[in-house]
Amino acid sequence: MIAIVDYGMGNLRSVEKGFLKVGVDARIVTDAASIDNAKGVVLPGVGAFIDCIKNLTDMKLTEAIIGAIEKGKPYLGICLGLQVLFTESEEFGVCRGLNVFKGKVVKFPKGDLKVPHMGWNTLDIQKRPPIFDGIEDKSYFYFVHSFYVVPEDNGIIAGTTDYGVNFTSMVWKDNVFAMQFHPEKSQELGLKILKGFGEFVKKA
Amino acid sequence: MLAKRIIPCLDVKDGRVVKGVSFVNLRDAGDPVENAKFYDEQGADELVFLDITASHEKRNIIIDVVMRTAEEVFMPLTVGGGIRTLDDIRELLKSGCDKVSVNTSAVKDPFFVSRAAERFGSQCIVVAIDAKRVTKEMVYTSDEPWMDEPSLKLVQLERRLSRDGLRWAISTHGGRKMKRIDAVNWAKKMEELGAGEIMLTSMDRDGTKDGYDIELTRTIAEAVSIPVIASGGVGNLEHLYEGLVYGKADAALAASIFHYREYTIKEAKEYLKARGVNVRLKS
Repeated sequence: MIAIVDYGMGNLRSVEKGFLKVGVDARIVTDAASIDNAKGVVLPGVGAFIDCIKNLTDMKLTEAIIGAIEKGKPYLGICLGLQVLFTESEEFGVCRGLNVFKGKVVKFPKGDLKVPHMGWNTLDIQKRPPIFDGIEDKSYFYFVHSFYVVPEDNGIIAGTTDYGVNFTSMVWKDNVFAMQFHPEKSQELGLKILKGFGEFVKKA
Repeated sequence: MLAKRIIPCLDVKDGRVVKGVSFVNLRDAGDPVENAKFYDEQGADELVFLDITASHEKRNIIIDVVMRTAEEVFMPLTVGGGIRTLDDIRELLKSGCDKVSVNTSAVKDPFFVSRAAERFGSQCIVVAIDAKRVTKEMVYTSDEPWMDEPSLKLVQLERRLSRDGLRWAISTHGGRKMKRIDAVNWAKKMEELGAGEIMLTSMDRDGTKDGYDIELTRTIAEAVSIPVIASGGVGNLEHLYEGLVYGKADAALAASIFHYREYTIKEAKEYLKARGVNVRLKS
């Protein structure tokens, strides 16, 4: 079973239904024990970084999530689930993240481009993760965010996207896959990623 | 590069699509879910349900529609119409919609927008602005006070109108009530209060098939730094082009040209692409 972590941030139903659609057993969970028992962990979520960390801490989920990653369990981070993996965010001063990866979460610079970055944009695959079967380079995915991650280690960058700046839109290291875009909102290409992750969990 | 979005809009009343088309190849032309799937297959970028259910008691029907849609269709879904409380928003988001659009509630209490944005995040709060060109007659016959400038006298107003030329005021209740609120200022205020997107409808053009009000669209798109969805008046594909290119909108919304199958989403996107607009074509 794959645990979709519900910590009160955003629309989890689409993630759950997306997995269901591609025949992967994934359930919404709200406690650490369920994360410990799961074969894979999905951390979705949209909204503010600070609320995300606060909710995860209040619900005593941070250790379970970091523990699952350290044990080598497959992890899929979506949007905030990508951002919280990093050291800190500049949203509302400085806010500490889970520090699984060294790096920062920064805001899109003010300029001609609209913020939030909202809509369909292309993903330039830098390093093809094993959950990306059947997905072509430069495919469109759905984004909605105002902040993006800047990893210290370029080696984890799996995908980039151009929106005024060329930002990291996907990271991959070993068992950790995390993306800024929303596979659960990206029609059939997004569902392919969920299916790919489901298969990766099965083999892990 | 970020693609310009094409967004079909479905009017839903008591859980059924209004103006159901019988010649379409759907099992049930009045079923919002069937229509959503139809647009999904054509590569729509998002979907908007405008709930025009009149009675408040029947409002939970839209929740069921959203739940069933979210099981079948995996693209961003916005619901607008009749949203009054934070609980209304929470219920919709929980059932699987991604954004809600508010109009009347924002006009009644602009801070409703900031409370909603704080609670759920700006990204899911769309403010719908129904704008109408101001004429002197309209201003004189309106009995609403200027909400943003209560002290403004009619004489001053008249001077300002002649000085500024064309302006737009906003309306609520589906265009039935006019407010003496400048649409451009209102859009800026909504951005300040935390709106993540503006859905801008020209009430002069809505239903006319004469095309978007380009001047209105461009003025507001340039005045705010959040995305603007152009709406109201699309009668052909050229109009979509005009709204996105001349109107500088980030997304183009249309209802009847897609609903009555005058054009498919695919045809619209191929047309725009051929004219150099960056759109997402389904692979």
